Amino acid sequence: MSNDIPRTVPIQSATFSNPVNAEIRRAAATGIYDIRGGGAKRHVPHFDDLLFLGASVSRYPLEGYREACGTGVTLGTRFAQNPVELEIPITIAGMSFGALSAQAKEALGRGATLAGTSTTTGDGGMTPEERGHSKTLVYQYLPSRYGMNPDDLRKADAIEVVVGQGAKPGGGGMLLGQKIDDRVAEMRTLPKGIDQRSACRHPDWTGPDDLEIKILELREITGWKVPIYVKVGATRPYYDVALAVKAGADVVVIDGMQGGTAATQDVFIEHVGIPTLASIRPAVKALQDLGVHREVQLVVSGGIRNGADVAKAMALGADAVSIGTAAMVALGDNDPKYEDDYQALGTTAGAYDDWHEGNDPAGITTQDPVLAARLDPIEGGRRLRNYLSVMTLEAQTIARACGHNHLHNLEPEDLCALTMEAAAMAQVPLAGTDWYPGKPGSGY
Amino acid sequence: MPTYDLEVNGLRGFNAALHELAGTTPNEPWELVNPKGSHAIAVGLDAPIDVTVAGSTGYYCGGMNKQATIRVAGSVGPGVAENMMSGTVIVEGDASQYAGATGHGGLLVIKGNASSRCGISMKGIDIVVHGNIGHMSAFMGQAGTLVVCGDAGDALGDSLYEARLFVRGSVKSLGADCIEKEMRPEHLELLADLLARAESDARPEEFRRYGSARKLYNFNIDNAY
Repeated sequence: MSNDIPRTVPIQSATFSNPVNAEIRRAAATGIYDIRGGGAKRHVPHFDDLLFLGASVSRYPLEGYREACGTGVTLGTRFAQNPVELEIPITIAGMSFGALSAQAKEALGRGATLAGTSTTTGDGGMTPEERGHSKTLVYQYLPSRYGMNPDDLRKADAIEVVVGQGAKPGGGGMLLGQKIDDRVAEMRTLPKGIDQRSACRHPDWTGPDDLEIKILELREITGWKVPIYVKVGATRPYYDVALAVKAGADVVVIDGMQGGTAATQDVFIEHVGIPTLASIRPAVKALQDLGVHREVQLVVSGGIRNGADVAKAMALGADAVSIGTAAMVALGDNDPKYEDDYQALGTTAGAYDDWHEGNDPAGITTQDPVLAARLDPIEGGRRLRNYLSVMTLEAQTIARACGHNHLHNLEPEDLCALTMEAAAMAQVPLAGTDWYPGKPGSGY
Repeated sequence: MPTYDLEVNGLRGFNAALHELAGTTPNEPWELVNPKGSHAIAVGLDAPIDVTVAGSTGYYCGGMNKQATIRVAGSVGPGVAENMMSGTVIVEGDASQYAGATGHGGLLVIKGNASSRCGISMKGIDIVVHGNIGHMSAFMGQAGTLVVCGDAGDALGDSLYEARLFVRGSVKSLGADCIEKEMRPEHLELLADLLARAESDARPEEFRRYGSARKLYNFNIDNAY
């Protein structure tokens, strides 16, 4: 028999792939689930699966550079005496001091202020640096209530009641002991160096009826002056948004599964919640059904990366978007210039997600004073401002091409979808057709 | 003594009038009549003022209190004195769930019984309950002291951090990582002070002390549930 008979080539299993098998071996060796930062890494239908239908004969565009295209947004017009006025519809999402270094928080505040938008506290309370460098600061009201106090509450420009986040809807947070230094421990009233757990639900209310009373209390404490947002992780967006409105929210923030976290179980990040794209239309429908679309503003977050994403989210009905991971990247997170450091940590630039360990070479997700000093908050703020400006310009460019003189005038009719999944989720036609799955009257 | 009728003048006016006193040292006590179980009564106060609520309240009475002494001549709904920073809240009757939740300071006295999750996530508040408390009390308690002159329900002190728990009666069960600890002289001294301030005639030596075993402080798979 000849020795040159062709052999079957080795075939890797799509089900038991190398990464899957590596995780099985890691779990078997350690007995501990994998914890990491960031949002879902798996491919899910996203804004890339949508395209804009630029103007042609049936619609005419605005001149790309000379004709005005507004970007301002007002959040909290329903009940608050002092709604939040922003120059651009891109806000900075809540990220805690503790998860992030003080320098990173300062940089976020500086960049947001330069760009004319808001930034947001996180689990762990409000730092003087953050308040001082943020013209418009949203104060998160979280289940843990770490650092919560009425003085800071009254310093806030808005309050965001966090029910959940896209990376882990239904789950609590954690901040591992490596990042609980003296200052973080003091702010959170915890022993230094412990693995801090954040509860998955609020300690003093359960359900929408209670939430309504909690919002009343917060309004009474703050004199009905500032808007109250309610943030939910995207799971059942129609009902959650409707209930948030019923409870009295001025603004609803919905965070898809691509939205990041400082640390949680990988299995949670990848398997709980729905994509951002799938959450917007049900959320908007809830607002429309209640007659409050645009009166109660909708902020969408989770995987927003560029002006096209901003424009697409707004075309689907959002009033504004929020960014977290992208803002960190703008500051320097996962920058290839730190490749040697990433290699030393067993990873590579672009894939680094062990934010909970506190060894971030970019000095962002750390409390190590040496690493944190790598981030210049002034330069970081400038970079974030630049990035926000580019996103805004990109969104304006698209809006003008679709014939709109304000980003808020973008509409679903400006969009088509590249895939059946995206068409179904966004409820816009598959490119080149007038049909999407589930379209009323289509029979499918 | 200023008397405010909630039924006539509304909640917003009452809280706003008390907020106007922030930064002052008021001479006269205030009384609120006709509370009718309203929510968010006397929340966010920040002055050393005495406020009496003549009746029972709904949710969050005395929430986020600073400095004020609030006495409720009745029972209270969920979340009384939630996130209190300082001052005193005294409830003559019973308290519903989450009494003193996440409180950072001050003293909460409940002359009757408290329902479940009393002192949940407490962060420095002192709570004295003359009667019994319900299940899951002091869950994730971080700091402060919970004194129970009666009995405690299931899962007392579950996932406790550094809050100190004292119970005179029975404990139906202890929560994860909560254990009985030795009562030392400094604890008897602490108890004597709190009981006196809470107008209780219970004797410190009648109590047992509970605290964290600290086995959940750093993740260990053998302690996972």
